[in-house]
Amino acid sequence: MPVVFFIPGFLRQWTDGKPRVELEGRPATVGDALALLWEYHPGVRDRIVTEQGNVRPHVNLFVDVESIRFTGGLATPLEGNCEVSIVPAVSGG
Amino acid sequence: MVAIRQITPRDGDVMILVGTTKGAFLLRSNAARRRWEMGGPHFPGQKIHALALDQRGGIRRMYAGGSSDHFGPVFYMSDDLGATWSDRERAAVRFPEDAGASLARIWQIVPGREDEPGKLYCGVEPAALFESNDAGETWSLVRGLWDHPHRAQWQPGGGGLCLHTVIPDPVHRGRMFVAVSTGGVYRTDDGGATWQARNHGVRAEFMPNKHPEFGQCVHKIVQHPTFPERLFLQNHWGLYRSEDAAESWQDIANGVPSDFGFAMTMHPHDPETVYIVPIESDGFRCTPDGKLRVYRTCDAGRSWEPLTRGLPQEHALETILRDGMDADALNPAGIYFGTRSGKVYGSPDGGASWSTIADGLPPVLCVKAVVVGDPLKVRVPKPAARTAQARGRTKPKARTKAKPRVKAKPRVKPKSRTKAKPRAKAKPRVKARPRAEAARRPKAKTSRGAKRKPR
Repeated sequence: MPVVFFIPGFLRQWTDGKPRVELEGRPATVGDALALLWEYHPGVRDRIVTEQGNVRPHVNLFVDVESIRFTGGLATPLEGNCEVSIVPAVSGG
Repeated sequence: MVAIRQITPRDGDVMILVGTTKGAFLLRSNAARRRWEMGGPHFPGQKIHALALDQRGGIRRMYAGGSSDHFGPVFYMSDDLGATWSDRERAAVRFPEDAGASLARIWQIVPGREDEPGKLYCGVEPAALFESNDAGETWSLVRGLWDHPHRAQWQPGGGGLCLHTVIPDPVHRGRMFVAVSTGGVYRTDDGGATWQARNHGVRAEFMPNKHPEFGQCVHKIVQHPTFPERLFLQNHWGLYRSEDAAESWQDIANGVPSDFGFAMTMHPHDPETVYIVPIESDGFRCTPDGKLRVYRTCDAGRSWEPLTRGLPQEHALETILRDGMDADALNPAGIYFGTRSGKVYGSPDGGASWSTIADGLPPVLCVKAVVVGDPLKVRVPKPAARTAQARGRTKPKARTKAKPRVKAKPRVKPKSRTKAKPRAKAKPRVKARPRAEAARRPKAKTSRGAKRKPR
């Protein structure tokens, strides 16, 4: 199994309702994996990253259990089978 | 899952579109505007800073500017008066890559001129103007303003660096006004290709140079379509009027308890009449003395009178934000405003009397009042009938005997260059006390707080 994305409820309108998207191919980094994700589900892109390609400040991406904020951001390498979770930050008011 | 209540507006109804920090609420009433039905929340959890209804060119399309704390700003459209909303796979309002900026918030959505169906404008944060020529399907950045040499020196206030007001001039083709906090007023006369700062006479209290060319924290400007040379301006400290299309501004803070405030609304039929809600100061952004008072001028700012009937006059420390007030287009005009404490007040008689039309909402960010269909075809029930109905008298006999609370009185018109139709104005039951207010607080400037931070 290559890379699997877990999609939060708010974004499932852009993944045909799927909570889980399995990618075909073997992306080398998180950035590559996201590029593949929005090839299949383009509506997800602008909700995850800004026009400038930066991950929105209140969106967290985890590779397995590690936040990519501490592992190299979008350049975080993906090795073997892994799960990428898109998780809204604990923020708001 | 949040349950969303739906309403069914009909032609001739008045709708109040209320944007809050937790979604949008849509209210409807018939032309009497005494009983309101509320739907929502639409977009639960999102901040809704901008709402609009466009009825030009045979369409009836509603727009909303929302922002999710997590997933960014979204431009929504509805073709069924808010029952269902759609957004695009690819964000409709977006900065081009070479702009080097990312959209933070949509502050304002404004339909263009009556004879330009499909033309829309959108003011955003970071301060920029977008335009659409296809009723919101696609948008492009107005480069003339984005590339303005002043832009790098604009500074964000408490609400962010926002372009919050867009006024396409109804008469002069190619002319348009925008207002930026903090940047000030800018005008184009060539359809957006070039822009000039138009802040002469407007103070910047929070700057060492009190009269810079630009950098003022203008909170709102309004214009009447029949008198396009005249504009009114609510500043971060200061009330102003221009008679020359913003070439120069004159102080009109005559008899208001504070010249600080955010919201400002033009009367739909009278270019001399404007509504504001003074706020104590920028250090204490609440209504002065715990009294919720709308102030109205009927003589283009030569004098202001408080409108209080039906509004709380004690323990009312309220804040009304810059887009938190609006007027409908009926006659008499309805005036509406929402507070940061989640209340919406409405007046069906031009401000003479008020009532709470919604309460317990999240903090209100914007209020837009619209008439579904052509306002000129809507017959407003006479005040006497409305008053009896409002008192709950059901017997015909009682209804006929009911005295009108407000007495229609022909308006004595001040000196005016307007050609607008004369209208009957309801006389406030509680006598306005502008002079007493003025005596207590002769000049708004005396109540200014120590802190002078822009918002």
